[in-house]
Amino acid sequence: MLNILGKRYLFFALSLLIIIPGLVIIAVYGLPLSIDFKGGSLVEVEMSEDNAPTTQQIVEIYDQNDIVDAQVQTSDQNGVILFLIRSSSLTQEQYSMIIDEIRSGFDQNLVERRFDTVGPSISRSVTQRALLAIGIAALAVIVYITFAFRGIKHAFRYGVCAIIAMMHDILVVVSIGAIGSRLFGWQMDSLFLTALLTVIGFSTQDKIVVFDRIRENEPVLRKVPFEKLVNHSIVQSLQRSINTQLMTVEFLLLSLALFGGTTLREMSIILLIGLLSGTYSSIFIAAPILVVWENREWRTWFGRTGTA
Amino acid sequence: MRNRSLRLFLILLILIVVVIIDFPVLTNLKKSIFGRQLNPNLGLDLRGGMQVVMQAPEGYQITQETLEAPSTILENRSNALGVSEVVFQVAGDNYIVGEFPGLENIGEVIDVIKQTGMLEFVDVGNDFLPPGTIIQTDFGQPVSGESADDEAEPAPLDLGQSDIAPQEDPVAKVYHTVITGGDLASVSVLPPQAPGEGYSVQFTLTSEAAQIFGDHTRNNVGKLLAIVLDKEIISTPVISQAITTGEGAISGQGESAYSFDDANNLRVTLFYGSLPVALEIAESRVVGPTLGQESLQKSLIAGAIGFAIVTLFMLIYYRAPGFVAILSILIFGLITFALYLAIPVTLTLPGIAGFLLSVGSALDANILQFERLKEELRNGRTLVQAVDLGWRRAWPSIRDSNLATIITSGILFWFGSTFGATIVKGFALTLALGVAISVFTALFVTRTFLSLLVTPLEKSDKEFWFGI
Repeated sequence: MLNILGKRYLFFALSLLIIIPGLVIIAVYGLPLSIDFKGGSLVEVEMSEDNAPTTQQIVEIYDQNDIVDAQVQTSDQNGVILFLIRSSSLTQEQYSMIIDEIRSGFDQNLVERRFDTVGPSISRSVTQRALLAIGIAALAVIVYITFAFRGIKHAFRYGVCAIIAMMHDILVVVSIGAIGSRLFGWQMDSLFLTALLTVIGFSTQDKIVVFDRIRENEPVLRKVPFEKLVNHSIVQSLQRSINTQLMTVEFLLLSLALFGGTTLREMSIILLIGLLSGTYSSIFIAAPILVVWENREWRTWFGRTGTA
Repeated sequence: MRNRSLRLFLILLILIVVVIIDFPVLTNLKKSIFGRQLNPNLGLDLRGGMQVVMQAPEGYQITQETLEAPSTILENRSNALGVSEVVFQVAGDNYIVGEFPGLENIGEVIDVIKQTGMLEFVDVGNDFLPPGTIIQTDFGQPVSGESADDEAEPAPLDLGQSDIAPQEDPVAKVYHTVITGGDLASVSVLPPQAPGEGYSVQFTLTSEAAQIFGDHTRNNVGKLLAIVLDKEIISTPVISQAITTGEGAISGQGESAYSFDDANNLRVTLFYGSLPVALEIAESRVVGPTLGQESLQKSLIAGAIGFAIVTLFMLIYYRAPGFVAILSILIFGLITFALYLAIPVTLTLPGIAGFLLSVGSALDANILQFERLKEELRNGRTLVQAVDLGWRRAWPSIRDSNLATIITSGILFWFGSTFGATIVKGFALTLALGVAISVFTALFVTRTFLSLLVTPLEKSDKEFWFGI
């Protein structure tokens, strides 16, 4: 039978390989937060390729209206150029002035797609509250799993391991977001928060399904060492994990990433990786940590170098 | 067997009800049952429009209750301006969220609705104050402008006395308010009385206020009486004689003469009452109709393509049970959509994400059953035993995993609505609904349909029909 658990430290290392670069980027450049979380204005307009201004020209128009920190991002799609302009907060008047100037100077048929302004106080409180909600939900999951697994030994550990694996998934998503911010100019906005919530929901649900197999096998395979029991259980539910993952992630989300609008593309890619991580961490993080805990392996971590 | 027929009958019944709700047939019947048309309720991010979040300035002690009144006033004002389908809601304990579907040019609407609209007639004695001056009165505190003190104590919301001592500087001096906008009985717009003049707003006072106003004007003939809106001087007419009829008019002078729109906006502001607090715009979002439609259309196309691939995979991999799963997912979709319409649920992008996740969990519930079913068949069980055992083995994991998700989304929903995090709320609602329905379809629909397969396929080639 496939021995997944034997290579558990290899899988932990693989996860760190994805998480650490993102954390380094965050440590150096800070979280790439959008205006949703730090306040400011976001303007999205569409112009035809022939009449579009350069980003420099847009920055100059902003400058003339006393906004000196405009950042312009463009994307080109079939002859239409999409401009995403981020800056400190614009008033309604400043916004109208700027749009009028771009319109009269460049493209008469400019399409206003989006104009968001978020004050600093509201963005701060929304972020704090969303984090608080996630924290309380995580506690509730630990309590619930401890209750649902009360029939077997150390039920509490299953809840804690599910949450550790969930935090792993959050870190993967945040890390991917940070890497994306350096490579493609992504920002963590409210859709990013939505993606994060989705990953959290999926992650705990998947952990419970995988743990359920251990719960089912435990009374039957009482004599078998814990590590073998867990390995046996994950291998048994492997086919289901792969198929569910294929259904939810690869098929539904890949099509969303490929065919969904520009608003959704970034979100679908993050969801794709996040949900993949959700399935991965059930098998390669949550279950192995159960075994590490059972064997109290940390006692040998610093004593000798050999990993199991 | 009778049990199964009963279940089939129930499934059919549910299907008929949800199909009637989902599809635009029998509109009259729907209207008579639900009391309204059942149209999909799209959020602003999908249909385009504008959202503003308003907040009382720092220092005000605001509770949910004190925001109910302004929220209603704002809605009335917007409706009176001819903006339709506007919704204002109190979010959390210090925000009001206003949603204007389909509206793009919002500058003017915002200007009107965010005015507190507090009209005062102020006794300024002999001080002539030019229009535009911000003054302090003994009615509340200054609302905005240069004279507003950032470190002021929390201002009283009601008729509290200002505790700032009067000074010689006319701007810092506290003047006495004779009557306020709350004393108006009716307000109307008057066309220009002479060429070159602007529109004006005519008002009638309640009889009590007319009495006070009459007394004041009688005792102060020759003095100045300032008309003040939101602590800003509109005009400072001289009291030429006692006004006892309780009628009067407000008009802008010179450059600030009112157009019809100006006058009408002022009428709306005055008539629908003044806000007890000044509101600041904390956040505004405008989604153009193109972006909204594009998001909706493309997600629908992407969803259809994704579902087609899922169908194909389920049929190839799980064969007969795969077909059952697709039927079950379709019924899941129909029930979910019917609930969205009936509740109604406003669909936003986060909401769609919640729905997608619940589709995933509905598929998972099917896959869990089928994997167990195949295991049991491989172990040499008969089809009847395998269907039954497969279900019994899969059920605890379906139950516990989905219950955990429902608990999580319940907490997220509660937080979302208590603290005004609308994204979290929209996501949690569709997720919880979807997951609950997915448990129902797995428990009821998939299992019933699977048991229907038993008799015809008992003697067939199980390797082929079940993809072992």
